[in-house]
Amino acid sequence: MADQNRYELNKNLAQMLKGGVIMDVTTPEQAKIAEAAGAAAVMALERIPADIRAAGGVSRMSDPKMIKGIQDAVSIPVMAKCRIGHFAEAQILQAIEIDYIDESEVLSPADDIFHINKREFDVPFVCGAKDLGEALRRIEEGASMIRTKGEPGTGDIVQAVRHMRLMNQEIARISSMREDELFNRAKELQVSYDLVRFVHDHKKLPVVNFAAGGVATPADAALMMQLGAEGVFVGSGIFKSGNPAKRAAAIVQAVTNYTDAKLIAKLSEDLGEAMVGINEQEIALLMAERGK
Amino acid sequence: MGINKPQIGVLAVQGAFIEHERILKSLGAEAFEIRQLRDLDRHLDGLVLPGGESTVQGKLLHDLGLFEPLRKKIVEGLPVLATCAGVILLAEKIAGENKAHFATLPAIIRRNAYGRQLGSFFTENEVAHVGKVPQTFIRAPFFESVGEGVEVLSRTASSNTADAPEQIVAVRYKNQIALSFHPELNSDTSIHRYFLKLVG
Repeated sequence: MADQNRYELNKNLAQMLKGGVIMDVTTPEQAKIAEAAGAAAVMALERIPADIRAAGGVSRMSDPKMIKGIQDAVSIPVMAKCRIGHFAEAQILQAIEIDYIDESEVLSPADDIFHINKREFDVPFVCGAKDLGEALRRIEEGASMIRTKGEPGTGDIVQAVRHMRLMNQEIARISSMREDELFNRAKELQVSYDLVRFVHDHKKLPVVNFAAGGVATPADAALMMQLGAEGVFVGSGIFKSGNPAKRAAAIVQAVTNYTDAKLIAKLSEDLGEAMVGINEQEIALLMAERGK
Repeated sequence: MGINKPQIGVLAVQGAFIEHERILKSLGAEAFEIRQLRDLDRHLDGLVLPGGESTVQGKLLHDLGLFEPLRKKIVEGLPVLATCAGVILLAEKIAGENKAHFATLPAIIRRNAYGRQLGSFFTENEVAHVGKVPQTFIRAPFFESVGEGVEVLSRTASSNTADAPEQIVAVRYKNQIALSFHPELNSDTSIHRYFLKLVG
């Protein structure tokens, strides 16, 4: 059972990941390429979102043996995904001492109402959100890190941008509210007054907020950082591209110097082919609509 | 601290650098971010190497051309405060690895010495010259041994197990203060005040 101390430590780990890029990997070899390219952490999963999308069917937590192989291959933190609401998968990931669990809409949801009670766990959780209400509800449940949902496996940044902008607008709105308006806002967002009060007082989420879902180029990463992301998840964008090592390293540098357009211009040269991508109008399955 | 504010550069290529900046500014210092070579054009009285991932920071130092100029400044005596990943950048040797980074601190450091995130812990303990301070360890390293002239500032036992041995978690070597834990994550500012005294 996690105590307040443990929750602080878990928020602290997310702070250490800031300014970094977290990369999806499916094998120990890919994990090593990601680490060498400057990944701050890797996300171990069986198939990257673009392939999950292509294959269809139910997608689940990865084989623990495969995750352990990746844990042995790198020294940076290793994350892994479990299905929304699937607390037994989360228990398994905790048992193999994963550094961060992503309760993720990329996998098929196991529960269409309830998310995992993340307060019961000692390992930290990151969750996706497309607006402030979702973010705060996940934090209320015990998430110690938030990321935009974006639209995974598409290589299309439009949804991540929409989610980040919406969150920022809602935070700005709460920050400028009169104190007596906060009680009603908490009711509307279905979260506790304390969380709304925190956002009002600090003009930010109480946990670190990364961008995710559709990041494919150094420019995409710089865009999200300039919109206020504290770091970036890159899923299919790297290992679905022509030159993963080079693209990964370029995205890492773009996140560090996200306002230096000259540098990012140089970083964007000769990266080979970007992932092909699918526009949001062309996809049948909106993963961002999973888990609210 | 004199009339002029001390100018502290905070390495800001990746990690928890904003937390350091906030504390330094609250103590009356001028803190600015070092993200690329041109950030080193200005005058520097001290340097902070923050927590984060040392593999990432080490790589970016080279990619951005910051490695040699910063190493030169450290060797020449620029006061440095290093926390967690920053300590790994300073150590002469990293246990189990062939490669070191700045290698300006005669010590052997072990990365992820307490294990994965489940091994992260919080405690309070004495630090020489400073007093009792909160100590937050996040996937932290500790010193396996230190060389000649290195002063041990703090030994701490992990609170995870009852019979955990005490490990060296804070040292000072000339101009370099190196801590396995994260003083920037708590409201206690005594470590940063100690560093600013060294800056002068």
